[in-house]
Amino acid sequence: MYDVNKVRTDFPILSVEAHPGVPLVYLDSAASSQKPAAVIDAMNAYYRGYNANVHRGIHRLSEDATNAYEGARQRISKFINSPDPCQVIFVRNATEAFNLVAYSWGRTNISAGDEILLTEMEHHANLVPWQLLAEETGATLRFVPFLEDGTLDLSDLSNLLNERTKLFSFTAVSNVFGTINPAKQLIEAAREVGAVTMVDAAQAVPHMPVDVQELDPDFLAFSSHKMCGPTGIGVLYGGRDLLEEMPPFMGGGDMIRRVTLEGSTWNDLPWKFEAGTPSIAEVIGLGAAVDYLSQLGMDQVLEHEQFITNYALEALSEVKGLKVIGPAPSQKGGVAAFTLEGAHPHDIAELLDESGIAVRAGHHCAMPLHHKLGLTATARASFYIHTTTEEVDKLVQGLNRVRQVFRL
Amino acid sequence: MDSSVYREQIIDLYESPLNFGELEHPDFSYEEDNPLCGDVIRIEVKLDENNRVAEVGWSGDGCAISQASASLLTEEIKGKTLDEVKAFDKDELLALIGVPLSMARVKCALLSLKVLKAGAYGLPDPSVMRDQ
Repeated sequence: MYDVNKVRTDFPILSVEAHPGVPLVYLDSAASSQKPAAVIDAMNAYYRGYNANVHRGIHRLSEDATNAYEGARQRISKFINSPDPCQVIFVRNATEAFNLVAYSWGRTNISAGDEILLTEMEHHANLVPWQLLAEETGATLRFVPFLEDGTLDLSDLSNLLNERTKLFSFTAVSNVFGTINPAKQLIEAAREVGAVTMVDAAQAVPHMPVDVQELDPDFLAFSSHKMCGPTGIGVLYGGRDLLEEMPPFMGGGDMIRRVTLEGSTWNDLPWKFEAGTPSIAEVIGLGAAVDYLSQLGMDQVLEHEQFITNYALEALSEVKGLKVIGPAPSQKGGVAAFTLEGAHPHDIAELLDESGIAVRAGHHCAMPLHHKLGLTATARASFYIHTTTEEVDKLVQGLNRVRQVFRL
Repeated sequence: MDSSVYREQIIDLYESPLNFGELEHPDFSYEEDNPLCGDVIRIEVKLDENNRVAEVGWSGDGCAISQASASLLTEEIKGKTLDEVKAFDKDELLALIGVPLSMARVKCALLSLKVLKAGAYGLPDPSVMRDQ
């Protein structure tokens, strides 16, 4: 396992104080991760040394920018073992990837009577775009339920997946329960009925090795800012044939081959889906993030997070009145969403913040999940490559202080 | 370490809220939630013949700040005229709460006032509309 204290020195923000004299304990990486200096520096280097538009100029700066932009795509493609970089399409975030597929693939392939299968544990990003599509086309949404322990109930999967199912879109790792779903098994089951598959990998790609050739989904989405990269950039991976067949999502510059006043023809993949000047610095930043994570090794990242998650679940079980939702550590990624009897999640988060501990409180963009559990909100601590056991200990101390303040 | 926000008074009111409960036949009532955190507050008011607040009750579920705020607000408006209720200023309520609040928590603190004013101005009670 790597030296976590050395990793911590790579992140400038981890030496910043949360409040004067109070060190920062950042346990909100599932909402957005911190950035190592390598990522910040790579983006700075672009703006300071070779800022220019890509795919256009003949001059040196534009060539350097294009090389950096397309070079990042190649490394990101390799990071998820995509067969070809042209299958890595840059979007604003995972949310935009779902919207792109719903708009472009969905509106040409979904019609009344078709079924779209999701799960009850989805982030709103993998729910609302399909609700909009279903409303427009007359398709029906169906849901794989989850069990009390936060794992999927697959007992009725053979009914839920049927000849009417055109798409099965699900999360690889739940952002609330932390459940690591059996993605490969679900993709194979969907393929048997001829359904297209889409995987929400926003909580998977940052935390574990993801190999799209091994998993073999039709589409897969993730966001840069949850994996040490900047905000404003994300990836849609897609099967080549599907992407070739799909109409563009947005029209404009860069996505065309030839334009007349009467009509246009489209550029090749991936640029067909990248209209307008892209987020160049952000792509370069994501490229640096992927280099950084590759250097640590995603196996090592997973191992560290499993170690911390085990440690945290054990430590949290000692806090009286605290209940973590989700499965056992063996099936769980690095998040612990919990309730504490007698204290509202907002109050927990605010009191923890006074101790310098950043956690999230609310529904974490998964209102239906909370509703099914009869909860309006939970507090959520999430762990990443730089989380230490000392930080988990501080969380436990902070929670005991919450109990004291609330006289529990 | 003492908390600057969670002072004794706030926790007291969280444990033992004032004016908690529902009224029969209120003159106006209103209910709203904050979808960001799930807090819900319902306020019901009875006026006397001079249009002054004779009785007020609130119910709901939420964080200590929103709950303490509802107790303090409902206590404060007793005896006030409907026009005074409509004119009740948010800074007055924040002063009653009397603890430093971040931007995010100001929303929790002001939910009760938003509900009270919506009722006072005669907006139809969403929970009644739901029941119909």
